Amino acid sequence: MRRFLLRRLATIPLTLFAVSLLVYAATELVPGDVARTILGREASPASVAALRAQLGLDRPVVQRYLDWLSGFLTGRWGDSYTLGAPVRGLVLDRLGASLLLAGLAFALLVPVALTLGLIAGVSHDRPADRVISVTGLTLGAVPEFVTGVVLLVVFAVRLHWLPASAQAPEGASPVTRLGHLVLPALSLVLLCMGYVARHVRASTVASVESPYARAAALRGATRAQVVRRHVLRNSTVPATSALGVQLQFLLGGLVSVELLFNYPGVGALLLQSAVDKDLPTLQAVAMVLGVLYMLIVLAADLTYRLLDPRVRLGEAVA
Amino acid sequence: MTAIPLPLPRRRFGVALAVGAALVAAWTVVALLWPSLAPFDPGAQDPLRRFAAPGAGHLLGTDQFGRDTFSRMLAGARPVLQVAPLATVLGVLLGTAIGLVAGTLGGLVDEIVMRLLDAVAVFPAIIAAVLFVALAGRSVTVMVLVIAGAFTPIVARSVRAATLVEREKPYVEAARLRGERPWALMGREILPNVGTTVLVEATSRFGDAIFAAATLSFLGLGQPPGSPDWGASVSDNRVWLQIAPWTVLAPALAIASLVVGIALVADALRARWEAS
Repeated sequence: MRRFLLRRLATIPLTLFAVSLLVYAATELVPGDVARTILGREASPASVAALRAQLGLDRPVVQRYLDWLSGFLTGRWGDSYTLGAPVRGLVLDRLGASLLLAGLAFALLVPVALTLGLIAGVSHDRPADRVISVTGLTLGAVPEFVTGVVLLVVFAVRLHWLPASAQAPEGASPVTRLGHLVLPALSLVLLCMGYVARHVRASTVASVESPYARAAALRGATRAQVVRRHVLRNSTVPATSALGVQLQFLLGGLVSVELLFNYPGVGALLLQSAVDKDLPTLQAVAMVLGVLYMLIVLAADLTYRLLDPRVRLGEAVA
Repeated sequence: MTAIPLPLPRRRFGVALAVGAALVAAWTVVALLWPSLAPFDPGAQDPLRRFAAPGAGHLLGTDQFGRDTFSRMLAGARPVLQVAPLATVLGVLLGTAIGLVAGTLGGLVDEIVMRLLDAVAVFPAIIAAVLFVALAGRSVTVMVLVIAGAFTPIVARSVRAATLVEREKPYVEAARLRGERPWALMGREILPNVGTTVLVEATSRFGDAIFAAATLSFLGLGQPPGSPDWGASVSDNRVWLQIAPWTVLAPALAIASLVVGIALVADALRARWEAS
């Protein structure tokens, strides 16, 4: 376990370096003069040159990359071109909002997907299984913004049960705030649910048919006892790796869900800064999201290992 | 290799496969023939009939410019069904080539290629897409390349896995002992036998490509605003959700029906393949 952990931790700086190179190279190659974009078409050449110097755009690329990387690592993320405000406060604020939404979605996803997967697995090939499997497959294929639109039309426009915007008015109570987050969280849950449930179902089917479960049934254990004592743990643990995969999907889905529900999160910021060519913000957001993805993959791997001592991930992955 | 007849579950997967195939076929026909199917010109504005509710005259109502929602929905099938197949073919070809070479040659080549793919795969596709579009500007070519690029490592990984299984089989061993060169081994012996894997991959990736193309256009990174494209339409009309929900719902449900159709086909194919 310790060796695995050390090896995984050692790869983090390497991946981070690769991510930073990619982010910087992509933003560095953006066509058009950034200073010209900020100042507008009518600016004089002198003022454009002055701004270029002020932004450090006249220095060599490698030096700018190193400055930027060391700045990022030490928390100096620069100022937003469009807002003039420091990038760090902005990005961390938005990150907090996104994590709240993603956290709610994840908190809903885990029990729903595990329950549905267990039900489908226990009722292997019967109608309940068929319905859950096909529904999960169907919803998982549909983009989250499409699911979101349908949810909006039904629950916000027709039934007026829930608000259409994810953003609660200033000074709203926590309960109201949560109400605003239900529809966007639900569109993310519906996207990921089927995949996780499918994994739980597969391992449930395997453990229901396993010798130890049959033996327990022959000893006279009731169906509920067999499921609780013998099936539950063996069928949910393998799902943690599926959950890790889906958590990445969930974060990716934040971009379109935040746009659809007008939610001030980090995904909407990524899109906005790319459209505005606000490079310091774009770089910071891309880096923060890259790091977050990496940590999720690591956390999923570790959880899987902690829960299931039989797994030897390091050796099994060729 | 001749096709092995599938012994199994025709009845079980038949319904899903038929429904899925019908949906995909219907939208393909619409994408090809919409000019003769659409009751109105999808771009024609009618200032007197803005936000007309669905009903007589306009089957699915009209949008903020009085354009016919139904006609726009039909016309929107074309852009997505141009981008997705192109991106799928490109990604599957690249991925298959990489996976096949890495799997057959093995050793250091395999190690380097797979580590590189791992590094690429770690980078979240959506961030890469946003960065790339910011870099290269919005165009259909960029959209195809971004989607194909995201698929390549996925396809490569599963083709490689299938190749590794085949490589150990006696017929490959025999070919190798006969003195066949690696390229001949790949093309003549292994490729035909990982064909099923490639086909299953391609079907799944096709669904993902529709998903990705629709999402990119919704985010304003694909088809331009004002295009009848489904993703762009949802994005353009979402501000009118409260007063004209049909303008958003029609393209959204069109996307849903197409991706669900493909998912049903892909799932049935995979199930048959696993059963055989």
